[in-house]
This record gives sequence, structure tokens and C-alpha cells, in this order.
Amino acid sequence: MLAAQVLVAQNIAFGLIAAMMIVGAIRVVSSNNVVHAALWLVLVLAGAAAQYLLVYAEFVAVTQVLVYVGAVMVLFLFGVMLTRARIGKENDLNNNNWAVGIPVAVVLFAAMSLALITGYRADKLPGPSAAVKVDTRLISDSIFGPYLLPFWALSFVLLVAVIGAIVLARKD
Amino acid sequence: MLINQFLLLGAVLFCIGVYGVIARKNAVMVLMSIELILNAVNLNLLAFAMNMNGEGSADGHVFALYVLAIAAAEVGVGLGLVLLIYRNKRSISLDELSEMKG
Amino acid sequence: MLAAETGWFLEHAYLIPVVPAVAFALIIFFGKRMPMKGSEIGVASMVTSLVLAAGTAYQWIERVDFFSPAGDNASALGGFGRAFRLNAEGATFVQPVINKIVWWQSGGMEFGLGQHIDGLAVMALLLVALISTLVQIYSLEYLRGDRRYTHFFAALTLFSAGMLAMVLAENMVQLILGWEIMGLCSFMLIGHWWEDAANSRSALKAFFTVRVGDIGLLVGTGVVFFAASAYATRHGSNGFSIQSINEWALSGTGSHTVLLWGSVALFIAAIGKSAQFPLHTWLPDAMAGPTPVSSLLHSSTMVVAGVFLVARLYPLFHTGLDINVAGQHFNLIAVIGGITIIIAAALAFVQNDIKKVLAYSTVSQLGYMMMGLGVGAWTPAMFHLFTHAFFKCCLFLCAGSVSHSGSHHSFDMKKDMGGLARKMPITTTCWILSTAALCGVPYFSGFFSKDEIIDNARNNNYQVFFVVGLVGAFMTTAYMTRATYLIFFGKARGAAAGGHAETLATADAHDSHARVPAMANAASDSHDAHDAHDAHAGPHESPVLITGPLVVLASLAVVAGYINAPVWPFHTERFAEWVANSSGVAFPILDHAQFEWVNAVPSIMLVLGGFVVSLFVCRSIYGEARSPLRGITTRVAPLRWVHTFLVNKYYLDALYENVIVRGLVGPIANGAYWVNQNVLDRIVNQAGIGARKTGGWVYRNIDQRVVDGAVNGSGAVTRGSGTALRPVQSGKVNQYGALLFGAAAIGALVLVIVNT
Repeated sequence: MLAAQVLVAQNIAFGLIAAMMIVGAIRVVSSNNVVHAALWLVLVLAGAAAQYLLVYAEFVAVTQVLVYVGAVMVLFLFGVMLTRARIGKENDLNNNNWAVGIPVAVVLFAAMSLALITGYRADKLPGPSAAVKVDTRLISDSIFGPYLLPFWALSFVLLVAVIGAIVLARKD
Repeated sequence: MLINQFLLLGAVLFCIGVYGVIARKNAVMVLMSIELILNAVNLNLLAFAMNMNGEGSADGHVFALYVLAIAAAEVGVGLGLVLLIYRNKRSISLDELSEMKG
Repeated sequence: MLAAETGWFLEHAYLIPVVPAVAFALIIFFGKRMPMKGSEIGVASMVTSLVLAAGTAYQWIERVDFFSPAGDNASALGGFGRAFRLNAEGATFVQPVINKIVWWQSGGMEFGLGQHIDGLAVMALLLVALISTLVQIYSLEYLRGDRRYTHFFAALTLFSAGMLAMVLAENMVQLILGWEIMGLCSFMLIGHWWEDAANSRSALKAFFTVRVGDIGLLVGTGVVFFAASAYATRHGSNGFSIQSINEWALSGTGSHTVLLWGSVALFIAAIGKSAQFPLHTWLPDAMAGPTPVSSLLHSSTMVVAGVFLVARLYPLFHTGLDINVAGQHFNLIAVIGGITIIIAAALAFVQNDIKKVLAYSTVSQLGYMMMGLGVGAWTPAMFHLFTHAFFKCCLFLCAGSVSHSGSHHSFDMKKDMGGLARKMPITTTCWILSTAALCGVPYFSGFFSKDEIIDNARNNNYQVFFVVGLVGAFMTTAYMTRATYLIFFGKARGAAAGGHAETLATADAHDSHARVPAMANAASDSHDAHDAHDAHAGPHESPVLITGPLVVLASLAVVAGYINAPVWPFHTERFAEWVANSSGVAFPILDHAQFEWVNAVPSIMLVLGGFVVSLFVCRSIYGEARSPLRGITTRVAPLRWVHTFLVNKYYLDALYENVIVRGLVGPIANGAYWVNQNVLDRIVNQAGIGARKTGGWVYRNIDQRVVDGAVNGSGAVTRGSGTALRPVQSGKVNQYGALLFGAAAIGALVLVIVNT
């Protein structure tokens, strides 16, 4: 492995963002304040967008920011507001399943990491020179070409979701 | 960069999300945990896409976008459900929703 | 005009189903606001389709003429003599006109949507468009004032779109699409008057029975797809393309087992749709729908879809079932067809409902088509499909006309009819002409088609089916004579005699039930006036909107046969040339019987015999009061048994409902209950007992020696495991999630450990 291909800056960026995301994710599931949890979730989602940039998925990263950090988070905050959650602390956000949850999560992680480490070991991602850039045009060609049928199905799901959300949330 | 560092990050996020789904009582918080899980999946998809993109295909990106759209739909319907539950029960604690008890 | 290779109509035949499909949407959305409640859109779209289909047919004939060399008539008369693409040895082959677009694709598989226009498709297109048009015109009057008038026309139009899309299907996916649209419309239209529980039950029965067969369609398509796709991909297509399937079946590259099972599975679909022997029970019940529905869907078009499927993929069946292989005397298609002919014809004798007689007659005639395909008589079978549509549709419309104007919405021949010949001359003439065609009286269209099937069975060495066909012809004549006598001749009874008040109360009068002329418009007013008129004047001739289609269809029933009449003085075999030769597939050379009067004599004699015997019996039983034959079915024991057996429809319905449905559903439910009670409960109990025994063992062996605390501990374990298992059914989402992910985690761990 040539030294030039060890991308120091990117590895550092990855490490920082990853650490931030893990901390944020843990706070999301442990915070006693719903609004704080939502804000920590913003941090995780933005971090994910940054990670997408590191794997040269610019379009997905931008979409992530638009859809998740923008729209979905606003939805969450509305949900919190409309259900009149206390803005301050709540003591009963967790139920007593945490005793099950921790072992399940740990076992799941053990299984996955075992598989990943034995499977991929130290395989390297292709560097920026070797990587073929997936540009927006290629993505759109794929969506409207070979993956048109899933796209249609997806459009239908979205339509149903829109109608369903209206029907569910309507006051009558 | 190793492919494993992305995949392991995805695994960590996924497991934290699973813990959240199991342990959280507030329905909105459960939905947030599900978002964590979906993001972990997306991270994996994009890491694999980069690993294979010597073939010049955008499959991973396309599916990541589809997952994004599904997630948006899921949040919309999910929050609609939460609002309905809140309206009927004046509470969104999942512990109180045990009508399906067998 | 010079013959041309192709033309606008041929290239744009796909418009034929598109027009009614668009019309369907228009009727649904705007129909109720239209001055004629949407019916004008339906009729207009069908007329457009008919014009397009006629243009297509004209240009197809030109195309056939273009490709057939002038001096080649000798081989053209030979029927299948001309060679085709695969076994082309210097002869011409009329290529089908195939246009398609990619409908959708997934993972590199392209699913097309398009047209496969050949003689068979053109024939079916013209037939469906013509009959749909006539039936819609007829329905304008027949259903006037009905409460779901608009929906009726919407469903009829959608049905036509589905059927037309199916007959010009380029691939199996499109064929299934059209097939399912037809099934849906059949369900909707049989249950058109669903307020009556019997009607909706019939609709469900039809739907489910056909559905049983449809499984065969899906399985068969799947089998054929996977078997043919290697061959088809090499030829630039995929395993759904009908042309590729046919070429593959003839190429000899496929395994015979696959061909056999593929064709058996597809034939099961044909059995369901075309109401063949084990699954024929739905068709008579489908008569619960309005009469135009019976005449369009359940006699002339939809029910022939199964026959059409077999004809469309004939090379597959031909090779798969070894049809025409030397020394073969039976095969699945011919046996099913032959059984159907006989049993359905026998059932037609004991029916009192005029539509049920016609329904069993339809089943029987469909059996002829199937048998024709089974004995290798492709052209006669298709020709019978063609002519049968005209005369059977006409008979149904006559039945509707009789009930509409003659018997006050009753269909009971014994109670409410008789002597209508003088009152309804046009209807009577049309009925008799169509009956003559159905029975195969010489020089009527049924003679040229049905006798060809029988003749070919003999010619192709299927002696048994030759006899079956002759017996069927005898029975056909006999039951049609009985029906004709009861309806139009003899003494007027019940409503036909003017006394219709009490018949309204009888359960047999289907059409009277849901006819609520509630809509306050001119149409319902005229219907009311018509009713009032009816009460005074008794039976009378139907209005022109009803008799018009009757006359057209009856004329066609007489003359349609002459496009393939190999007898003096016509000697034409144009149908064979236009349709059979150009089916777009490389047919093997089939031996085609030459017409000779000698061979037609037995069937003509039998038809005559059937007529005479039946007329004599009918006159004695229904006409004369003191005949020795009167009441014979109740006096003579063997005859009574046969009669009861037939009236109960061979107990097939009882078999299906009591034995199969209850026999299958009951045991499954009981089995599940038994498993629940014995296995699951026992596991739980044993677990409890095991825990207790463990506790006991612990108590005996450890407590005595160690400390009391251990006993408490084991008790706590038992109770703890109980409380740990109890919340499994808590109804709490989190806990279900925990179980789900916990199980997934353990499963993943096991997989990882096993694989590393």
C-alpha cells in the first residue's frame, strides 16, 4: 500500500464524525428530554450526511440534509409539540425493558462485527483516483431506467402515506 | 479508508437504534430510533456502492434514495398514528397500549 | 385494390382495446352526468373498436393474399400444407404483425405490452368487437331504468377492453392481465343485482371456481417461462413472448416432461375459464346475471378464452400432449372435451330455466371446441368458436327478448311460456334459425363447423371421439327441440298467457327482482308505461333495439358458415386460409379431412333423428294430456333415478361444497385445533411438569444434602421462567420489538458462528 493512498485527512474526519455520531445516537436513546433527543438526532443525521460525502455520494448527502435534517426533523418537533410532551425533563421515558435491550443490542453488534471483521478484514475502499464518480446524471439514469418499477411503486407508497396520514390525523 | 470502518459504524448505529426501539416508552422516541436504524442501513448501502463503483453503477445510491423516501413516508404515517393515539388516550406511552394483550 | 403487405389498421391494432379502456374511465367518471347515463360512450367506443377491427381484418386478408402466390391454391386448400418459418422449405409464411413497447423492466427483464396480430387474433378481435357492439345496443333497451345502468355499461366496456387486450396479447403477462380483467368483470356483472343473495353467491361461485383454474395459468406461465427463456433469449426475446414460446415448443429443444406439465397446467386454466368438465359448475349459475351479460360473457366471448388460450399456444399443447402422434387414441384435452360434451348435453334435458338450457348447451359446445383441439382439428375448432359465438349469442338474446316482452321477466319454460310463436314472430324466427345453426342442419353455419370437428376426429383416428361427437350432435338437437317446443309452440301457460301477476312472486323470475325503476327520468317512465302496456296486451314483439341485434346475429348465424364451406356449390375454404395458415407459429403439418358427403351422412341422420324423437316425446309429454309418456320420469324407476341424478347435476356441487370444501377446510381447522390442544398445550404442560420434576429432583437430591435456599432458588427459577414467558403476550410494542430483535440477534449469531 502506497503511503500516498492512505488518506490521512479523510480518516481523521471519519473518526471525528463517527465519534460524534455514536455519542449523539447514545444520547438519542438515553436522553430524558424529548426535545434534546430530537436535537441529538439532528447531529447524528448531519453526521451521516458528512459520512456520505466521504464515500463520494454527494447527491445522497444533499438529499439527506434536505429530507432528514430539514423535513423529517421538523415533523418530529411538530409531533413532540402536538403531543404536548414536557419540554423539560421526563423521568419515565424509558420502560423497564432496558435490561433486555442492552443484551440484545450487544449480541446483535457482536454478531455483525464478527461477520464484518472476518468477512472484510482490512479491505480498502478504492481511492478517489480509482473511483468512478457516481454523478447525478448516472443516478437519474438508473432511477428512470432499470429501477423505474421500484420508483413507481415508491411513488405509490408515498401517495398512500400522504393520504393515510391525512386520514389518520384528521379530526372528525 | 477501510470499508469496514463504515460498516462497523453502521452496525453501531443499528444496535443503538435497536436498543432504542426496545427500551423507549415514548412513541415519538421509538420513531426516532427507527430513523437511526434506517440511517445505518443507508450508510452500509453507500459504503458498498463505493466499494463496487469500479463498475460504474449507481445502484447503491438509488436504493439509498429509495430508503430515504420510504423513511419520510414512514415518519409521516407514524406521526399520524401517534397523534391519533394521543387524541384517544391523552398519552403516547407505549406501555399503556396493550389492547392486543393475549 | 392491390393486396398490401401491411397497413395502418394492422400496425395500429393495439388501439382496438385502448378505445374501450378509455371509454371505461370516461363512463366511470362522467357517465352519470351524460344524457344517456354513459351508455352512449360505451356504444360509441364499441362501434369505434368494431370499425378498427374490421379495418384490421380487411388488411389482414390483403396481407394473406399478398403473401400467397397465385398458383399456390392447391396447398392452401390443404389447410396446413404451407410451410412456416421454422420448417420453411421454399414456401411462404404470413408473418404476424408484432409491435410492442416495453411496459416495465426489472433487473434486465423487459415486460412488453403489444400486439401479436395474426389470423387467430384478427378473427377474435372482430368477433368480440362485433358481439360487444350488438349486445350493448341490446342492453340500451333491455336494462332501461336499471338502478346501476351506468355501472353496467362501464363493466361491459371494461370487459371488452380486457378481452380485446387478451386476444391480441403479445406475451403471457399481457394475456394474464386481460384474463384477470375478464374474471373481474364477470364477477361484477353476474352479481349486478347483488341485493339478491342468490346472485351474489353465484358471482362468488363463478369467481372462485375460475380462480381454481387460474392457479394453473400462473403455474403454467411460470413453468413455460423458465423452460423457454434460454431459447427465447437466444432469439432476442424472453420466455413470456407468445411467439417465442410457440417456436420453442416446436424447435424440439425443450424437454418433453416440461412441455407436458406446462401444457397440463395451462390446460387447467382453460378448464376453469371455459367451464370444462370438472369445473363447469359455475357457468349455469352465472346465468344469475342480466341476460346481455350471459350472452356476451358467458356464451360467446369470455368463456371461449380458455379455448383461445389452447389455440394460441397450440404448438405447446400439440407437442406436450403428443396430439396426432401415430397410435394415440386419447389425450387429456380430447377426453375432457368429450366428457364435457356428453354430460352437459344430458343436463340440458332436465332444465326448466331457458337460460340454463342455453348455459349447458354452451358448456357442451365448448366441449366440442376443446375436443376439436384435442384431436388436432385446429381450424374446425376455431371455426366453431367463430360461428358458435353468433348463434349462441343470438339464442341468449332471444331468451332475453322472450322474458322482456313475452313472459314478463320469467325464464321458466314450463310455467310461463309456450305458444309465443304467433306473438313474437321476429324473435321466433331468429331463435329457430340459430337453433338450426347450433344443431348443425346442413347449410347452416354450425354444420360447417361442428361437422368438421366430428369429421376430423374420424380422419385423425380418434374413433371414440368421433362417436362422442355424433352422440353429442343427437343430444344437441333433442334438447334444443325440447326448448323450442316449450317456448314457442304448444299451449300458452302462465305469463305467456297473460297472467303474469303470480309469476312475479316466484323465485325463478330472476330479472324481476332488483328492477327498481326508481330513477325519475324519461327512461324509467317509458319502462313503467311499458309495464302497464304489458299488463293489458300480454306478450308482444320486443322493440327494435332488441330485435335489431337479433336479426343481425341470426343472419350471421346463417351465413357465417359460408366463408369455410367445402360443399357444393361453394367450395371455399377462406377461413382456413385466413386464420389457420397465418397463426404466426410454425404449425406442424396437420392432416386435414377432405369434406365428403358420405362422411356427413351419419351426423345429418342423427340430427334428423334427434329432432323427430324429441318432437314426438315433447308433444306427448307437454302437449297431450293423456299420453302414456306423461309423467314417465316419476313412474319408471330407472328413468326416475336418471332424472334425479341429472336434476342434481351429478351431485358435483354437493361434492364440491360438502366433500371438498368442508372436507378440506374442516380437517385443516380441526387439525390446527388438534395441534393447538394436544401439541402446543402438551408442550406447555410438559414444560411445566418438567420444571416441577426438576424442582422435585432438586428438592430430593440437593435439598436433602445442601441447603434449603437451593429449593427456594429452584422455585424462584420456575416462577421466574413463568413470569418471563407470560409477558410474551403482553400486547406491548416494545416487548414484541425486543423479541423480534432478540431472535434476530440469536439467529445472526448462530449463522455467523456456523459460517466462520
